Amino acid sequence: MRRLNPSLVVGGAIVGIIVVMALVSFVWTPYDATFVDPAIRLAKPSWQHWFGTDKFGRDVLSQIMVGSRTTLFVGVVAVGVAAVIGVPLGILAAMTRRWASELVMRTNDLLLAFPALLLAIMFGAVFGASTLTAMVAIGIASVPSFARVIRSGAMQVMRTEYVLAARAAGRRPWPIAVRHVLPNVTSLITVQASVSFAIAVLAEAALSFLGYGTPPPTPSWGRMLQESQEFLFSAPRLAIFPGVAIAIAVLGFNLLGDGLRDRFDPKLEDRR
Amino acid sequence: MNDVLTVRGLNVTVRDKALVSDVDLTVGPGERVGLIGESGSGKSLTALSLLGLLPEDVVASGSVRLTGVDHELIGADERRMSRVRGLQLSMVFQEPMTALNPTMRIGDQIAEAMLIHHTRSGRGAVRAAAAELLERVQLPAQTSRAYPHQLSGGQRQRVVLALALANDPALLICDEPTTALDVTVQALVLDLIVKGVVARSSALLFITHDLAVVATVCERVLVMYGGRVVESGPVGEVFTRPRHRYTEGLLAASDLETADRRLTTIPGNVPPAGQFPSGCVFRTRCRHATDVCATTPAWFGTPANGFACHHPAGAADA
Repeated sequence: MRRLNPSLVVGGAIVGIIVVMALVSFVWTPYDATFVDPAIRLAKPSWQHWFGTDKFGRDVLSQIMVGSRTTLFVGVVAVGVAAVIGVPLGILAAMTRRWASELVMRTNDLLLAFPALLLAIMFGAVFGASTLTAMVAIGIASVPSFARVIRSGAMQVMRTEYVLAARAAGRRPWPIAVRHVLPNVTSLITVQASVSFAIAVLAEAALSFLGYGTPPPTPSWGRMLQESQEFLFSAPRLAIFPGVAIAIAVLGFNLLGDGLRDRFDPKLEDRR
Repeated sequence: MNDVLTVRGLNVTVRDKALVSDVDLTVGPGERVGLIGESGSGKSLTALSLLGLLPEDVVASGSVRLTGVDHELIGADERRMSRVRGLQLSMVFQEPMTALNPTMRIGDQIAEAMLIHHTRSGRGAVRAAAAELLERVQLPAQTSRAYPHQLSGGQRQRVVLALALANDPALLICDEPTTALDVTVQALVLDLIVKGVVARSSALLFITHDLAVVATVCERVLVMYGGRVVESGPVGEVFTRPRHRYTEGLLAASDLETADRRLTTIPGNVPPAGQFPSGCVFRTRCRHATDVCATTPAWFGTPANGFACHHPAGAADA
């Protein structure tokens, strides 16, 4: 039997827990995450409020649970945008003749050279800070890495005999891309999606921290960090809980990406 | 009677290096023609240029006409070529392990071959046709639900053959179809290829370096060396009375019944692609070569039965 791959198991478990937490938050949270109760502001962790309360008296655990929804939602949409644009671009770059491929890849380099966070802040400044702007900006910033990875994978597939055979059978380039190239780079897409997801989680937190992400009152891990700033010495737990949540989520998606890569790459299999 | 395939003056070059020069080739209806030669002699490039599937910077020139196709195949655009490929002209490649898409079921891949050219329509008709094709290559009908990794090399090559024959092509090109297979499986696949083309009265262009395979499969043979056809003729004649010195050497090298313990070889190596000598391409390795071999030997005989050598075997050494 195939030995279980530890990063895949741990990464999968972490991601699974976050997903379950987000799903549970739809039907149940310990308290209403946005309910303000000045009487208990800055309460320490207790049996009533496991993670304590923030400066408005909102329950931190509830906020973290609801915040995971924002995190996952932003990640899914951002990765979706990146994949929907990046994958076809990568395949196109691999299949077209030299100059077209160069055009795609050099444009890609240009975008890659541009700091992703700066791009997102620019988007926020132009279109107004919102979760949607953040998602689209993070997605667009992740397009180049997708296109690059998919292009190299697609170029390998283009050199295989079954693509040559498909051409010899009279297949046109477009159906070859959809039926032969795309299904054979799905493993690369999965790995890249999971890595990009980790980056998107971090980027969303950073944007919310800077005030260009999710606007209040929707709970977001990044904004919880920002709101905790003034209490960094008096109540450091307010920074620690969302900070740890972000770190664990990023770790989880990165591990999942590594695990999937090991799983899909037969060349690495012998070394384990 | 019109030939199925007529190739005239085919040249294949990469940048300014000649890889294939002046190849003339005809295949008659239902005829089985072998194309034989060592690695690097230009056999596969010849086949790929017929299909218009040469790599990007490799260029073919000359004339290739196929029966039932009203345009020149060399230089035809992709759209026109893709209508010919797989319909009138199809190909079986050497490596069965990679010739099938690992993410598609066998049945879908066979169905695709027919759906591309609309030779069958309707889900049921396509499925029935696919099952029949599999049966013809002696694979059980359940094979259509399998993925390529579940099949052995020989089974896969039979699937590839079924794919190539799906649209009853006028000409089937096989490029070393059995080289990667076990000897026992080879015989079965060869038998299926011959049965397949005979049943459809398709012509066959069979590329190999294996003389024994040519002898069992083909009626006529062309010997290639250094990107040129050096001899052609009926299999029996070429193999019993070779005239070109290269053919002679090739036959001596594959003769297992010599009393001599040592294996006979042709001295030297095939020159790297594009670096063949001027004049007779074989003269650097030929024991009979003289000064006159520096000029390109003229073709003696007809295109279907002739040779290009200044000092042919069977004649007194000049």
